[in-house]
Amino acid sequence: MKVEYRIYMGIGIFVLLVTTVYFFWAKEYGGVTMLFGTAGLGIMPALYFGWWRKRMDPRPEDSETATLAESKGAIGAFPSNTIWPFVLGMGAFLSGLSLVFGEWTLVIGGALLIFAAASVTLESRRGGVI
Amino acid sequence: MTIAEERNDLSNEEGGHEHEHGGPRGIYLWLTSTDHKVIGKSYMYTALIFMLIAGAMAMLIRAQLTGPNNHIVSQQTYNELFTIHGSMMLYLFAGPFAFGGFANYILPLQIGAPDMAFPRLNALSYWLFVTGGITMLSGFFTSGGAAAFGWVSYAPLSSYSNAPGAGPDLWIVAIALTGFSGIFTAVNLITTAFYLRAPGLTMFRLPIFTWNMIVTGMLILIAFPILTAAMIMLYADRHFGAHFFTVSGGGSPVMWQNLFWFFGHPEVYILALPYFGIVSEVIPVFSRKPIFGYKGLVFATLAIAGLSTGVWAHHMFTTGTVLLPFFSALSLLIAVPTGVKVFTWIATMWGGDIEFKTPMLFVIGFLFTFVMGGVTGVMLAAPPIDFAVHDTYFVVAHFHQVLAGTAVFGGFSGFFYWYPKLTGRMYRESLGKLQFWMAFVGFSLTFFPQYLIGLRGMPRRVPVYLVSDHVTFLNQLSTVGAFLTGASFIVWLINMWISWKKPVAAGDNPWDGHTLEWATSSPPPHHNFVSLPPIRSARPLWDANHPEHADYKNQGHGSVPREREEQK
Repeated sequence: MKVEYRIYMGIGIFVLLVTTVYFFWAKEYGGVTMLFGTAGLGIMPALYFGWWRKRMDPRPEDSETATLAESKGAIGAFPSNTIWPFVLGMGAFLSGLSLVFGEWTLVIGGALLIFAAASVTLESRRGGVI
Repeated sequence: MTIAEERNDLSNEEGGHEHEHGGPRGIYLWLTSTDHKVIGKSYMYTALIFMLIAGAMAMLIRAQLTGPNNHIVSQQTYNELFTIHGSMMLYLFAGPFAFGGFANYILPLQIGAPDMAFPRLNALSYWLFVTGGITMLSGFFTSGGAAAFGWVSYAPLSSYSNAPGAGPDLWIVAIALTGFSGIFTAVNLITTAFYLRAPGLTMFRLPIFTWNMIVTGMLILIAFPILTAAMIMLYADRHFGAHFFTVSGGGSPVMWQNLFWFFGHPEVYILALPYFGIVSEVIPVFSRKPIFGYKGLVFATLAIAGLSTGVWAHHMFTTGTVLLPFFSALSLLIAVPTGVKVFTWIATMWGGDIEFKTPMLFVIGFLFTFVMGGVTGVMLAAPPIDFAVHDTYFVVAHFHQVLAGTAVFGGFSGFFYWYPKLTGRMYRESLGKLQFWMAFVGFSLTFFPQYLIGLRGMPRRVPVYLVSDHVTFLNQLSTVGAFLTGASFIVWLINMWISWKKPVAAGDNPWDGHTLEWATSSPPPHHNFVSLPPIRSARPLWDANHPEHADYKNQGHGSVPREREEQK
């Protein structure tokens, strides 16, 4: 986790430096706002990874000498075939089209979105272990 | 993480092998699969179809510019064509082809993972991408036509009074949908690379392609939300009477340029970095050497990502509202890590036992075009030059050499390199080489004259020019080149057709590859691996196949020519 933390922190701090230079040199506040937000997009994930780095057990994928046998147990649950991402996508599509063609597509799209989002959540309970 | 044997036992208990016997096929597989390999391939083929459509638009554009005062298409149609050509190539081909197609398929294989971290989110991104593309194209079927304000959609051209009708709104919705698709894919890629690596595969043993995809993902997460926000503001301006980008209500049109290019410049690297990753995979394999300066390449990629956030206003030098020395200096600085990359690639080839197969030819075509585009990019980073050639064909030639150089030459290099892994079949080498030479000659012939056209002052995005402009011959050369490039894609389609109808089995590892994707069968089984080699360096498969030359024994960078090994 150390490298993951450092690359995010590195980007965040670099952009923070750029922000500081830009702030005092350009005195243009639109750019400063965007740069400051970008620095946050580097530093916030870095803090998350840094927080976990201290709390999690050392992982075999961070060890140069780990063997395949060192990792026991399932990697995670991976769902098999499911139609709901497609339905969710169509819901988003029709909801988006309502911005162009009027509210009636939102009725269909919104219904699909709610239905698919609920189904996809319920389905998570049935996800198999690989 | 489980080792492979356990994984198989588990999947048998849970009945996880649906794909292999009696699972869904055809359209039903396409609609329901959460397998990263199926989604990756769908992404790739969809993006290539979008590329062919946008390429056909480019042919129309070039046909219109063949002679002075041509009237093959109307002015309005011309505007629609270059807008949708640019939008599709950038938002629907170059990006999704790489981070949706290649990365989706290859990244989990390269790190020894069974799938992406969020398979259903992955499927959702694909559907948002497809519907985004359909939305953008459907603009042509509305009464007012498609969006016609260029892929950058500058205010006030994109305001409701200047661009009325449903087409521009469809364009906005399309960008929002593909934007979300990109964001979801980026989350997926980063999480997969951070959390699903095989044991012993530390960050500094990751293949360069995977590294580049991590950095691309970080850039997507930085850039795309700003684009989506800008789209919402633009929509509010158009329909809710907001005044973000109109002077009359106290807004500022230049604000649009700031927002757009704060997305747009990182976007250029989002499009380029994955292809740099592909090139960094192909060169070592076909030179039979480890990559020269692994860490240098990684830090160069990170440096490009960092710098790319501070250069957005070099697209806006001529607005007169930006701090020229700051943006010029940062833009020039980007040449340093990019130069490091180019020299690293050359140094990897240096002294290697290079095999000029189709993927390697495309890489060399990439190097040639990209360096040309890069050098003119350094020129454009200097405000005095930019003032002279801003919005002329010089800029058009520059960014086509950079972007098409990476996305087409880098992209097809990766396509041919991984085609045996994707399908288990081999393409026809002679047709691949023919496609390369047609594309390379055609492409150079298209864009070198455009530098001169630009220097003679022809502005971009104009449908007609006069005889007295003295650009007729150069434009004709450019058109010939464009049609030659177009014909090269027909050769590619023929190649694909032959390899589909008369398959030649490729084998699991036809190139003597270095990284884990070649350690599994072609195409890989459901959940990817039956067994993994031990990982002791950045080239685990090379170590397993050539134990006497393994990287962890021999830290040098020398190549291992085929003959020497055969003698042993």
